[in-house]
Amino acid sequence: MAYAHQIDYAQRVIDIRGLYKSFGPLKVLQGVDLDVFKGENVVVLGRSGTGKSVLIKIIAGLLPPDAGTVNVLGRHVSELSEEELRMLRLKLGFSFQNSALYDSMSIRENLEFPVSRNMPGMSKTALDDLVKETLDAVGLLNKIDRMPSELSGGQRKRIGIARTLMLKPEIMLYDEPTAGLDPVTSVEINNLINEVQERYNTSAIIITHDLACAKATGDRLVMLFEGKVAKAGSFKEVFASDDPEVQKFYNYNFIQ
Amino acid sequence: MRTTSLAFLSTKRHSGRFFYNCCAFTPAQGFDVCLYTAVRRCIFQKRISLANETTQQSGLGAQWEELTLGLYDAVRFLGRLFRQAIRPPFDFHEIIRQCFEIGYRSLPLITLTGFVTGIVFTKQSRPSLVSFGATSWLPSLIAIAMIRALAPLVTALICAGKVGSNIGAELGSMKVTEQIDAMEVSGARPFDFLVVTRVVASTLMIPVLAMYCAFVGLMGSFLNIYQNEKTSFITFISDAFEQIGFLDIGTSLTKAIAFGFTIGAVGCYKGFYASNGTQGVGKAANTAVVLSMFLIFIEELVIVQVSNWLR
Repeated sequence: MAYAHQIDYAQRVIDIRGLYKSFGPLKVLQGVDLDVFKGENVVVLGRSGTGKSVLIKIIAGLLPPDAGTVNVLGRHVSELSEEELRMLRLKLGFSFQNSALYDSMSIRENLEFPVSRNMPGMSKTALDDLVKETLDAVGLLNKIDRMPSELSGGQRKRIGIARTLMLKPEIMLYDEPTAGLDPVTSVEINNLINEVQERYNTSAIIITHDLACAKATGDRLVMLFEGKVAKAGSFKEVFASDDPEVQKFYNYNFIQ
Repeated sequence: MRTTSLAFLSTKRHSGRFFYNCCAFTPAQGFDVCLYTAVRRCIFQKRISLANETTQQSGLGAQWEELTLGLYDAVRFLGRLFRQAIRPPFDFHEIIRQCFEIGYRSLPLITLTGFVTGIVFTKQSRPSLVSFGATSWLPSLIAIAMIRALAPLVTALICAGKVGSNIGAELGSMKVTEQIDAMEVSGARPFDFLVVTRVVASTLMIPVLAMYCAFVGLMGSFLNIYQNEKTSFITFISDAFEQIGFLDIGTSLTKAIAFGFTIGAVGCYKGFYASNGTQGVGKAANTAVVLSMFLIFIEELVIVQVSNWLR
């Protein structure tokens, strides 16, 4: 169940038009259009290989698009200089599928790293307080001096999300937040995503093929099929469709 | 027939496509980004068109094209490295940490190899000099060999194996586990933090290690000479440095700096652009060592040739 929050439909934070991306002969995205409004959680669903992760990597400027425009917070990502892109990225939080925690650093150092790199003037005490506050928000303050290898999959996901929250992002990009987690931990992560939306007033794109996660976290669902948006709308609207691909996706998820 | 390398850009159809691709990117991204992306796209489009025409592809042509692109990637990487190295902010703390990792942690290995090299070279040179009754030349011979050639080369080869593979594997592992992407999206400038610091540290530390290797090698040599010829330490040092000039030390340092830069840059290049999971990490570490060693020998040849012209 999503928490109560405000969506401002007058303010688009992400605006994607006619997005194409191929890798060699493999066409991944074939004309994707997508809007995300301020305060909105948009879930992008689709089978493996439909370009869901590629989509958010293009939004974050990690991959260049072949064609189309990607407008994030009013800036065209492909037109930005290196420094402008870096500044834009400070407003994006990217939670990676495998958490991508820095192996050689403790949890404290993982969280301090983005802040110390971007705000070198911040005092040690203020940084320490911020780390503790953020870890407390994800419920893992007691793991502050552990190494990433000592954490479970769910804890690593939480720390990955906490690290992105250190810079107080306006937009969160979650890549398969519940992949590989047991159902109980998945629910905890879903709740955390909703808490982040409420507490930090973020907008988000959540990439998943877990319908329980989609239902719990999404204000709106977008279903990708063969590199295009096949269906968009609320959970009920999308899965009320007679489209066999949509139905197949629904049945496979909920049979389990 | 398939056209190899970038020669296909000379055809009307592809040159038009090339300029279209160039224009598709804005000057804000920098000329090198526009050019690089345009070249990449042209080659990609060329491949697609060739695939559509079901043209036979020659393996040699594909390899030549990959080599051209690889060279272009490497030049672009070096351009970015030099640009970022002189642009603040500088990561002094991380540079010092890397100097410790590369320099201090290599000391035991360099001590052992330098010492053994000095002893072995002395032992192997003695019989030849004995036959001329010229064993008194041993100190200067060893000094010339160690300082001019062996110390920088042995240090570089040891460090190519130890430091180069370490950097390649570490950055490769970070790349395939998306840690570098995570740094990128948090605005943490991973290129500056991971690449520039390591290249600067290896460029600074390899010359220090090479000089240390020369010293340890000479000490090994002294022990052997003292054992056989009972030469005093003062006489040994005096004889050893009699034939050593500023050019010898300068050339040796130049070589060591070039080798250090090569080891750092190749390791970082291979690691930073690793792909294909754990297999890619192994490949990055392996090619970092092989390519570093290859380039070290080429550089040795070039610098020796230049120093001989100056001599």
